[in-house]
Amino acid sequence: MTSLQNSSSPGRYPAGGRAFPHRDLISIGSLQTHEILFLLDEAEQWVELNRQPSKHTDALAGLTIINAFFENSTRTLLSFEIAGKRLGADVVNMHAAQSSVKKGETLIDTAVTLNAMRADAIVIRHGSSGAVGLIAGKVDCPVLNAGDGSHEHPTQALLDALALRHKLRERGEASSDGMTNGLAVTICGDILHSRVARSNILCLQALGATVRLCAPPALMPSGVEAMGVSVFHRFEDALAGSDVVMMLRLQNERMDGQFIPSPREYRHLYGLTQDRLALAKPQAIVMHPGPMNRGVEIESDVADMPERSIITQQVEMGVAIRMACLDVLTRKARKIPGWGEGEWV
Amino acid sequence: MKQQTPIAITGGRLVTPEGIVEGALRLEDGRIASVGGEAKDGDDVVDAAGQLVTPGLVDLGVFAIDKPAFHFGGITRAALMPDQSPPLDFPSRVRFAAQSGKPDFWVHPLAGATVGLEGAQLAEIAMMRDAGARAIATGRSWIADSGVMLRLLQYAAMLDMVVVTHCEDSALAGKAVATSGEIATRLGLPSAPAVAEELAVARDIALAELVGARLHLRQVTTASALELVRAAKARGVAVTAGVTPAHFMLSDLALAEFRTFARLSPPLRSEEDRQAVIAAVGDGTIDVIASGHDPRGPEDKRLPFVDAAPGMAGAETLLAMVLTLVRDGVIGMERAFDLVARNPATLLGVEAGLLAEGAEADIALVDPERPWVVDSRKMAAQAGNTPFDGQPSQGRVTALWKGGVAIPL
Repeated sequence: MTSLQNSSSPGRYPAGGRAFPHRDLISIGSLQTHEILFLLDEAEQWVELNRQPSKHTDALAGLTIINAFFENSTRTLLSFEIAGKRLGADVVNMHAAQSSVKKGETLIDTAVTLNAMRADAIVIRHGSSGAVGLIAGKVDCPVLNAGDGSHEHPTQALLDALALRHKLRERGEASSDGMTNGLAVTICGDILHSRVARSNILCLQALGATVRLCAPPALMPSGVEAMGVSVFHRFEDALAGSDVVMMLRLQNERMDGQFIPSPREYRHLYGLTQDRLALAKPQAIVMHPGPMNRGVEIESDVADMPERSIITQQVEMGVAIRMACLDVLTRKARKIPGWGEGEWV
Repeated sequence: MKQQTPIAITGGRLVTPEGIVEGALRLEDGRIASVGGEAKDGDDVVDAAGQLVTPGLVDLGVFAIDKPAFHFGGITRAALMPDQSPPLDFPSRVRFAAQSGKPDFWVHPLAGATVGLEGAQLAEIAMMRDAGARAIATGRSWIADSGVMLRLLQYAAMLDMVVVTHCEDSALAGKAVATSGEIATRLGLPSAPAVAEELAVARDIALAELVGARLHLRQVTTASALELVRAAKARGVAVTAGVTPAHFMLSDLALAEFRTFARLSPPLRSEEDRQAVIAAVGDGTIDVIASGHDPRGPEDKRLPFVDAAPGMAGAETLLAMVLTLVRDGVIGMERAFDLVARNPATLLGVEAGLLAEGAEADIALVDPERPWVVDSRKMAAQAGNTPFDGQPSQGRVTALWKGGVAIPL
């Protein structure tokens, strides 16, 4: 595989800073298709780098990145931390779930405080939908949304798209234009509370895929058909003809009341077993954003299928995508030619 | 402060319950002396120069006494919701609140229906009535316990007081901040189906009908609940319905970008429901339009949408928004003032809210065409949390009298 440096796919997106004319990355919903493709293409070089024994660059040397996580996280925080460090930035993690927020400081004041410390990028996760956008409006540096409530988780959708692209490429089924036209993707699980589902619906559709959602009615958001998806309640119906099956976990921490009778009953209707997977297309790909609840939404033997499951590749692509996002969003501050002040706006 | 000399407002168009009439409006000793006659010698003559001469607005259900905003909006009386700190669930607090606006603004406290507004134990309603409460209110929330609601309505019927209720089934509404549908789904906000309102309205009408109580549904915002009100009125139930301009001007599209100024209770509804509210204003199903005035500063509104407090500063925009319904041909001018003055005054049992001999001389001069732009940064209110920020509007109050005494605007 060749390295896809900056000139990877000329013509696919505008030159220089026009390729990604956003200060922040808050939502997939605010991106154009060519901007999504740009981030995916940019990530390819970091996939390559991350597979080398020496994974370090100095691209972001001297920059300070703050990971402000107002909600507990292990894998996303670690992924962003590794991404920042491999790019040479100074990375600081703020576990806001146990900090001054508990002492009554408002979110805006916390944002202003972070801003005063002159971060060059802030990565934020917050439990309230819209909170990351709210902070972005109060700070002077790029803000990356690492998940806001049940709204969006844009880097997750991007890494999923990249993982899918790599698997298709490995099978010789990837399209040269980077799109996934005609791919049928089933997302099954707690759609109601899932920011991963919302970002993935938008991202997969932008790349030309069709999206099916499957959940019991209580976990299916009302009016979601308006987003151009088809809605299923019987998992078997959704699986028929699917190229990709993306499983989501039950977000018990966001549930206000009882939404399903029991995990056991949920598994009975919605657990992804070998038998159910056989209803999808013959080589259908299995995905899961993690953390998995083995034996609930997915059986271990499905999660670990070497040719079908790309769950570990998703994690690998996560670091590359986050490196790409940090790199692209800090180009203006780093005065990269074509990305500077007044060069394109 | 008492009116010293008689006043004659001439050259205006007088908005009376029967329609617009020409002639002078005379105010004497704080009351309306004559409607549509001539000025008398010795009157202070005010030339209305073709403007509307209207009753001062009576705002049924506000959360704060915010005189500059009320006066800007031509509001001379307001019924204060019991959701104060501490709540109006005790006679002495009601007595204090009833005096808090005088002389240039009259506050009509609404007695809290239950202790602490918790929906469990009836408050001392008769004593609060005698301390100045004009009606009873459940507060920001619905009384979930049907047994408590039944006893409240029985008691209110005996006292001949109106019960003002908030209509959202609390178990269904839960922690929702939006109406279920495409917008809430796209934004990932906790939402409840619009039927939460229909359920609450159905129960409250059934109980009021059973015991013959007078019920005012402070905000009815969905097509299905309005249909229940329509049917109840047709069979003679003593039920009235209100709404604020937010629910006939805006749909849940206004929540885009997580705008917390559009975080209201009940939440904004679908476009179909918005149209149903307009139709219900037009056909008389809705009796009252109120501001729901609830000024909220940045500490309550500059927060993530879910954490922001509901409510809007609505006093300044109430009249201009109602006048859009007149311009659109939904209602006539006299009905507009029934909705914002006469009907709420009748519900509260006060002799005001209309241009009629002997009524309190609470009068506004209104230029119905005067253009202005709503600007949240330049509000008279204690806070600028208006969902109409930036909206070009028409209709402004240019002069105001409370009990025949001019209020500087």
